[in-house]
Amino acid sequence: MKLLEINDLHASIEGKEILKGINLEINAGELHAIMGPNGSGKSTLSSVLVGNPAYEVTRGTIRFNGKDVLAMSPEERSREGMFLSFQYPVEIPGVSMVNFMRAAVNEHRKHKGLPQLTASEFLKLMREKRAIVELDNKLANRSVNEGFSGGEKKRNEIFQMAMLEPTLSILDETDSGLDIDALRIVAEGVNKLKTPETSVIVITHYQRLLDYIKPDIVHVLYKGRIVKTAGPELALELEEKGYDWIKKELGE
Amino acid sequence: MQIKDNNNEYVKTVAASDYKYGFTTDIETEIIPKGLNEDVIRLISAKKGEPEWLLDFRLKAYRHWTTMTMPRWAHLDIPDIDFQDISYYANPLKKDRPKSMDEVDPELIKTFNKLGIPLEEQMALSGMAVDAVMDSVSVKTTFKENLMEKGIIFCSISEAVREHPDLVKRYLGSVVSYTDNFFAALNSAVFTDGSFVYIPKGVRCPMELSTYFRINAAETGQFERTLIVADDDSYVSYLEGCTAPMRDSNQLHAAIVEIYVHDRAEVKYSTVQNWYPGDKEGKGGIYNFVTKRGLCKGESSKLSWTQVETGSAITWKYPSCVLAGNNSQAEFYSVAVTNNYQQADTGTKMIHLGSNTRSTIISKGISAGRSQNSYRGLVRVAEKAENVRNYSQCDSLLLGDRCGAHTFPYMDIHNDTAVVEHEATTSKISEEQIFYCNQRGIATEEAIGLIVNGYAREVLNKLPMEFAVEAQKLLQVSLEGSVG
Repeated sequence: MKLLEINDLHASIEGKEILKGINLEINAGELHAIMGPNGSGKSTLSSVLVGNPAYEVTRGTIRFNGKDVLAMSPEERSREGMFLSFQYPVEIPGVSMVNFMRAAVNEHRKHKGLPQLTASEFLKLMREKRAIVELDNKLANRSVNEGFSGGEKKRNEIFQMAMLEPTLSILDETDSGLDIDALRIVAEGVNKLKTPETSVIVITHYQRLLDYIKPDIVHVLYKGRIVKTAGPELALELEEKGYDWIKKELGE
Repeated sequence: MQIKDNNNEYVKTVAASDYKYGFTTDIETEIIPKGLNEDVIRLISAKKGEPEWLLDFRLKAYRHWTTMTMPRWAHLDIPDIDFQDISYYANPLKKDRPKSMDEVDPELIKTFNKLGIPLEEQMALSGMAVDAVMDSVSVKTTFKENLMEKGIIFCSISEAVREHPDLVKRYLGSVVSYTDNFFAALNSAVFTDGSFVYIPKGVRCPMELSTYFRINAAETGQFERTLIVADDDSYVSYLEGCTAPMRDSNQLHAAIVEIYVHDRAEVKYSTVQNWYPGDKEGKGGIYNFVTKRGLCKGESSKLSWTQVETGSAITWKYPSCVLAGNNSQAEFYSVAVTNNYQQADTGTKMIHLGSNTRSTIISKGISAGRSQNSYRGLVRVAEKAENVRNYSQCDSLLLGDRCGAHTFPYMDIHNDTAVVEHEATTSKISEEQIFYCNQRGIATEEAIGLIVNGYAREVLNKLPMEFAVEAQKLLQVSLEGSVG
């Protein structure tokens, strides 16, 4: 079953076209990796998928569970089950993680027609999900991302993913800035959360995260287009030969 | 100065025809012609059946006022106000009122519902006759009896003038003199009504005063006068205002609040101010020039101001404390929100006269739209005041890049033993923060509410419980449409 269908997607920022005709299909249960050199449009793709208003979609369609994504607000996309693990999670001083997550979880529940969680139900859920990424209780009581280390911010993203149980998770450079232990914890968290019904897009520059999170399909994004799609062996090949090999193949 | 007044036509007719004959004896009319002079003040006093000493007080204030000019030092752009173009007395019962909720602006009802205002209060706030509303609020009399048993006086200031003239005479103007400032002089000359509270020695007021009475407050008018006296070892928590947007046909408001705190007594005064702020283009809206001051006269007395200011087109307000008694304490907790074209210049003065006196100032400004929001504060330590402590924290939060936040802290320290601290921060709600919330399923308005309430939490926590919940919603509603 097709979870995500992207057709001829063009997008620009401040008048500059970054995505120049993306076509991509993801079935429920699949894990896709999108790799590519810096500036190829990887982060733009993830931003456009979740509706970052900084980008303008100029052509194409995105369907999620058969619904027109471009017609939905960012919050609707979230409630429909699209989640982005940000490359650079922002700090929100004054807003505790508990209040932030309670607002988010309750919005999702309202969307599904479920009653709001009571305070004790909610705290119990927080405890369970925190354990998945070994997130310290102290962090959960702090303001959103405030004073978190780079690794803690990324773990916090996966924690939020665990809380919201999305059907499509997009991990944007989740491996950047992580040491090897943090990388393992984050990757294990993602694997634990993976079910046959949920799909994941891992956006990364390097192969190393893919040692832990095994993709079914690997795409190479270059100059705003997907130029190559293959099995997991493609990631290893890229690691070995670098991106110049792709460029050569494209005749550049 | 434009005054929206349904009686305008009537006033014009009256002014044009009867004015030349004077109106000194005509105390039956419900509204008097525009303009201010000694005859008008005599008429107000006569209509209210006031004693001679109060008329004298008013006249002295008026004469002083004529020697003063509008203060222009605040960071405010104040349009010219024609004080002769205002009618200084109107019987509130004769105003044109809606007869049922069907006649009330649906936008207003929407806001009421968002804030969770009970129907009775909605009726009162929409301007329906208070008597009609009060019929459905029988709690009022019950609480009044309860207070009387303890010797607590809580009534309108007009009633207090009649029933407790000695108390009013002793304390009126004792904290805010009519010479204090331009608006204080004006208020002293023409104040129409307000509240009076007296808590006897050793009595702890068993309820938040005005919680059940705020319906009354909807009609107190533009020159409100509040006087609170806490005798030795007493305690009272007083609430003023309402989170609901208030309907009012008067554009100029110049209130005075005086609080007199005796030995070891404690007064907590909480305000939520949400007068009409004007429309999105900055048209209309209330001009709010308020003088609020408390005197910690007694030893170890305590006064605490908490305010949530979201309304009015112009706010000029500095609830202050004079710490005269040794070991007295004062606090000022403030959240001031400005959106669209609102302007606020607000803060406090802490005047330390006694030794071992302590004060705390926590001010949180939130500016959005094209608004201007200023904190202005003074900490003064007198020469003879030993071991004074003050801590001030002034934070500003900006939404968007067309608004302004300003901080004007003044310190005037005349004793070397004082420890005075001041901290200030400025931060901004960024589009990235909003988008981050959106991506987690939280819509922009809720995201702003979450961020703003987190920012203002320290102050909101100081409000009485039920007020705090309403105030939280109010912050969010006030900032609607400020982003995106």
